[in-house]
Amino acid sequence: MNWNLLLPYDFSPLTILAYLLVASGYIVALRALPGEEKPGPVRIFAFFLGLLLCYAVMQTRFDYYAQYMFFIHRGQHLILHHLGPVLIALSNPLPILRFWHRQLAPAMGAWVLPIRWGYNALQQPFIAAFLFAGLVYFWLWPPIHFDAMLSRDLYWVMNWSMLLDGLLFWWLIFDPRSPHDTPSLGYGKRILLLVLVAVPQMVLGAWIVFNRGMVYDVYEVCGRAWPMSPIDDQLIGGILTWIPPAMMSVVGILILIGRAMRDDRPRPRRHVAEEVTP
Amino acid sequence: MKFITLFARSLVIAGLALVLTGCLDEEQQWNAKEIDGMLPDLEFTLTRSDGETVTAEEYQGQVRLMFFGFTNCPDVCPATLSKLTRAIKAMPADLQDDVTPLFVSVDPKRDTPERLGEYVNFFYDRTVGLTADEPTLRKLAKRYRTTFGYDEPDERGNYNVSHSAAIYVFDGQGNARLLLRSDLPTDQITEDLVQLARQARS
Repeated sequence: MNWNLLLPYDFSPLTILAYLLVASGYIVALRALPGEEKPGPVRIFAFFLGLLLCYAVMQTRFDYYAQYMFFIHRGQHLILHHLGPVLIALSNPLPILRFWHRQLAPAMGAWVLPIRWGYNALQQPFIAAFLFAGLVYFWLWPPIHFDAMLSRDLYWVMNWSMLLDGLLFWWLIFDPRSPHDTPSLGYGKRILLLVLVAVPQMVLGAWIVFNRGMVYDVYEVCGRAWPMSPIDDQLIGGILTWIPPAMMSVVGILILIGRAMRDDRPRPRRHVAEEVTP
Repeated sequence: MKFITLFARSLVIAGLALVLTGCLDEEQQWNAKEIDGMLPDLEFTLTRSDGETVTAEEYQGQVRLMFFGFTNCPDVCPATLSKLTRAIKAMPADLQDDVTPLFVSVDPKRDTPERLGEYVNFFYDRTVGLTADEPTLRKLAKRYRTTFGYDEPDERGNYNVSHSAAIYVFDGQGNARLLLRSDLPTDQITEDLVQLARQARS
């Protein structure tokens, strides 16, 4: 086995630092948490698998192929925007987040408020859905895509924006807190969002698949990792934009329906409550 | 309310500034894709077809057109080379000497310096043929966000090479300025090159 494949193609100290911080932050919190709050082994595994997948597509040889093959680039975004964040959100890192919130909130003082406002604005359901599908369209808009693949800085902005937006969106969808007891989003609305983001992605993917011309000539301009037919590259890339994201939405909807059924409670009856309180 | 008027006013001023700078910039119209600031400056240490080791400084002050290929290339490279030759020869005679095409072979196994020299001179005698060992070429390609790859050789040892089809244009100072796609018409390439060569002189 060639170990060089595990080394980054485009070494990014900031990216490595960010991953190290998240991984060590998780472990430190895990050790400090009392037994009943600690996530179980399956959840820990899901979290690290998601983290490792995202790291692997950004800082191993995979990134080289993602820069010079359209379909591998689509695979990279599938992991950064869907699979990785889905695993992380499903692993329910809430106790870890709470732990760090307790540690950091007092030290941050007045800074907490603007961060919370920003977060709440981004997690407004329609803004979140618009951002999620909008970012896919933005980075796949041919002139923008060309620049992003040509400029190293823009390339990093693209990958990080996909990952961060993926985390925000899937956390909104898979927030483990019940909407009955907390202000988290209702199950119906979450399902609606998944449908809302799936449709435009399917349209875009189908458009790429059925396009007879070359939509993304940057791979022609910058050279491919190996001599593959441009039409095949575009076709597979289009399929990866079309089908797996739609399947992720379907799986997400099934998980949410399962949760909603388990969490089913009768509607609180207001007039009864009024009778009790004089 | 005050904030809103202030905001509206600054918007108007910003809009006017945009329009004004837009008018001033109108002289500089390029047919090719502008890549100012998107790619690093020209820098390389490669072997020339006469066997000398050369760096980018060797051609300082010249408008340099760098592109990648290999001499066994069936269609893309000959097409690019002949198109570029036509574009340069259509420039005013005194400006032609300010432009230097740099053909970088990414197939060092087959392209010896001699062979490379013969090949590029066949098209235009001012074209500089350059090559190096594979790791050096990989580094150069990575710097300009491009790559190349080799197919499996057939029974006669022939193989295809994938490489960038574009021409990277650097001005006299070595700044990355334009990216010529292979489908750009020859007369438009000439226009851009004339404009760049004039800028380099002034």
